Amino acid sequence: MIEFITSFNGFVLLFLLLIIGATGSLVFRKHDSWANYWNSFFSIISSLWGLIFSVFVFIGSRNLFFSFKNPFFSIFNISFSVDSLAAFFIFVISLIALFCSIYGIGYLKHFYKKYDIGFFGFFYNLFIVGMLLVVTASNGIFFLIAWEIMSVCSYFLVVYDHHDINNVKAGFLYLVMTHIGTSFIIIAFLLLYKFTGSFEYESIRSASLFIPVYIKNLVFLSAFIGFGIKAGVIPFHIWLPSAHPAAPSHVSGLMSGVMIKVGIYMMIRFFLYLLQPIPAWWGLVLLIIGSISAVLGVLYALTEHDIKRLLAYHSIENIGIILLGLGGSLTFLSLGYPNLSLLSLTAALFHTINHAIFKSLLFLSAGSVINQTHTRNMEKYGGLIKYMPQTAIFFLIGSMAISALPPFNGFFSEWLTFQSLFQGIALLDYTAKWIFVISAGALAFTGGLALACFVKAFGLTFLARPRSKEVFLAKESSFSLRFGMGALAILSLLFGIFSGYVSSIIKKIGQDLGLTYNNFSFSNISFHQDLSINNFSFVSGSKVFVLLLGIFVVVWVIIRYIINKNQKITRGDTWDCGTNLKPRMEITATGFARSIITIFKKVLKPSIQQEIEYHDVDSRYLTKSRKVILTVSDIPQDYFYDPFAKIIVIFSRYVANIQSGNINTYILYIFITLLGLLFFVK
Amino acid sequence: MFIFIKIIQILIIPVLSPLGIGLVRKIKAHFQNRKGASVFQPYRDLWKLFHKDEIISKDASWIFKIAPFIVFTVTLAVAVSIPIFSTVFSDFFVSDILYIVYLLSFGTFFLALAGLDSGSPFGGFGSSREMTLSALAEGGFIFSLLVLVLISKFTNLFAISGFIAASYGQFILPILLAFIGFFIVLLAETAHYPFDNPATHLELTMIHEAMILEYSGKRLALMEWASANKFLIFISLGANLFFPWGITGDGGFVSILVSLLIYLIKILFFYSVIAVVESSIAKFRFFRLPDLLVVAFILDIIAISLIK
Repeated sequence: MIEFITSFNGFVLLFLLLIIGATGSLVFRKHDSWANYWNSFFSIISSLWGLIFSVFVFIGSRNLFFSFKNPFFSIFNISFSVDSLAAFFIFVISLIALFCSIYGIGYLKHFYKKYDIGFFGFFYNLFIVGMLLVVTASNGIFFLIAWEIMSVCSYFLVVYDHHDINNVKAGFLYLVMTHIGTSFIIIAFLLLYKFTGSFEYESIRSASLFIPVYIKNLVFLSAFIGFGIKAGVIPFHIWLPSAHPAAPSHVSGLMSGVMIKVGIYMMIRFFLYLLQPIPAWWGLVLLIIGSISAVLGVLYALTEHDIKRLLAYHSIENIGIILLGLGGSLTFLSLGYPNLSLLSLTAALFHTINHAIFKSLLFLSAGSVINQTHTRNMEKYGGLIKYMPQTAIFFLIGSMAISALPPFNGFFSEWLTFQSLFQGIALLDYTAKWIFVISAGALAFTGGLALACFVKAFGLTFLARPRSKEVFLAKESSFSLRFGMGALAILSLLFGIFSGYVSSIIKKIGQDLGLTYNNFSFSNISFHQDLSINNFSFVSGSKVFVLLLGIFVVVWVIIRYIINKNQKITRGDTWDCGTNLKPRMEITATGFARSIITIFKKVLKPSIQQEIEYHDVDSRYLTKSRKVILTVSDIPQDYFYDPFAKIIVIFSRYVANIQSGNINTYILYIFITLLGLLFFVK
Repeated sequence: MFIFIKIIQILIIPVLSPLGIGLVRKIKAHFQNRKGASVFQPYRDLWKLFHKDEIISKDASWIFKIAPFIVFTVTLAVAVSIPIFSTVFSDFFVSDILYIVYLLSFGTFFLALAGLDSGSPFGGFGSSREMTLSALAEGGFIFSLLVLVLISKFTNLFAISGFIAASYGQFILPILLAFIGFFIVLLAETAHYPFDNPATHLELTMIHEAMILEYSGKRLALMEWASANKFLIFISLGANLFFPWGITGDGGFVSILVSLLIYLIKILFFYSVIAVVESSIAKFRFFRLPDLLVVAFILDIIAISLIK
């Protein structure tokens, strides 16, 4: 059985199931519910198979490698390689896809009769195929094809709800950005091909010593930009906050939870696998960009009151945190501390899986709310905890996990990231040391701001009084939605409690990549049941959990059943200072974050614009209507993308001059080009 | 013997914390030319509140009901994890600095949610301000402890305390700078001047009191007690991490008694200093508070640059 699972057939079965799901749902597209069940069934089955497959590959430490030579075109071989890093990502993709697909069964129902479910199922399954191919491809050209499958399928999922023009716009921006990214990746692969003579990962890796340093740096920059766009790293993030909210919620969960991590996977593949050895500044660049992404991501999230955009900005923040781990890993490795590099990489990968879990959980619960209230505007929520009690608990757990509160999983991976940064501060000198200090500071402030942001997100969505009529009509979601969310919520607690086990498993990936222990006094990293870095740091998820639960129960019992057992509780009105409390008197999402925005006004540049319409323009006493527009500026947009777009437009105008509309002129151009080519090519 | 130490360790913070509040109030009353209530008044208040009926807002959900228990639990969980009079628990897996910081955030999270839950405008704005301050204080908090981590090469609080007690002289300047940073964070996190006024309910910039405005009865008692605990936790951290004189490294009866006595003197001193600070400065305008917190952070950064 194990032989079959980890054989080539087992591997192909994974894709076969998804492709059957994709084509089958197109076949059944006339019947919404058939298409839905067919598509969900096969994505669930294949995700389960993916989990089994990746676990067996991982535990068996089998590095699978399959290659099919292309007889016509020798540089383009279809080759797959599944090592422990790829197996880990297959596991993450399958895990999230599993629960998103279960959630999808119920969630898709509100698209019935409005949109084509078969069409959705086709792209949904192919999207998962694309992601799985990307992490298993072992040939540059084959990888690029997989990358395009993933990008294009996700584009169609983003614009699925195409009656809303904003979604179409968001999709277009996504398509443009992702292709700019692809072009950078193509440059990286072509450079590698020129100097190693192959697109095969194995050959590139073995020849990487012969690549000149400046070429390596160029490859680093173009790969970082290319994969950074997909990962949503600031300043390449502009597509992310508009594209993720546009997609149906379980697709947002899949995109935010998994797809952007594929960018991280490729960075690890390139920088820690293909291009070794690497200079130290690469890691430091990653640390700086990671810090910026983390802090700006959470600040922009605070300014949002569209719940899905808020979550999307938090994805940028968390990608920043992952980059802090990865950057630390690269820096330590190039400076000769492979064991610390292992620690940092473990932190990055652990945060990758944790973020996948709690971010998809948050998107799914947000989707459950949106499904009932039909709006993404947080100002129109309030008091939903009474109408959707279970969704509220799931969102609460997700919020606590993402705010890094122990004993949930987010805390332990942030803890590991902190430890690796602390090690860097203690060990390194000069520039590197101070970059680590800045990174640790950024991470500390990010933690605090994320907490504030999730008090806002949870509190203003679920607590207090309803602020619109839609809330009164909201009901708890159906079973499949609750199952998807509940399972992820439980996972996010379990990954916290058993953080020691999980990270000791993840550590193996780094070891397989060649990061090993040295006899280095300060840190033999040992993860047992508890997380501990020898003689430096210890923390234990299970003990934290038991301690908190134990004290809580004791306190509850003593107070409730011994001290205060005879007293009554009456329900009364909230104190209203003698007026009638209205929903409009509650604090709003905008108001909640306003003081933080004011404090960071140098960065966010908030602006208030008032439009007042008067009954009589001349007298200006009686106002007819008043409108206040609050905005914050997006620095990369204002100082990079907008000027860049302007330059392109101006340049295009000049280029347009050669277009006369006269066919004879065009023929002349062709003739001149031909002559030129003949001259150059000889 | 070990059990005995553990029991003291668990009980000492919640038992002593109301006394600290009473003490600060007494000293403040003295500065205001009043006689003031007895230092034991907070105990009587708690006893009285625990035996009262309570009113809960109709708008509030279970978050409001459970929050006082969680906030109180968190302070106890932190209280057992910090060094108080002995460093013998140095392999305790829940005494990591980041764990303490984020566990306190856990309490803040539920406190802020409880403030929002009743739908009162006071509570909402209290939560907003609390989260703003605690977000900005977190950097200073972590970094002031990081200075000690870099000095001692441990992140375990007991180990830090033991190490610094043994080798104080070499690092006096960074420790003092980090302590000033920590002290600013202490005032912010425990709702004291110049950040917040713990004595009043009705002031425009109130923070902590605004969030717990809707509470009554046993839940109010728990909230008040938890906030007193948090105050003493921060004071104990300040006293035993930055000035760990007299903290014992063994579990002998006499040495524990001596270090317990020294601990009491140290926290008495801290409470008096905070009472004097409260009586002698004015509250800051809300938007000037970030400056103070950034100063705390920068002092910590300077302290880091002075190590080695």
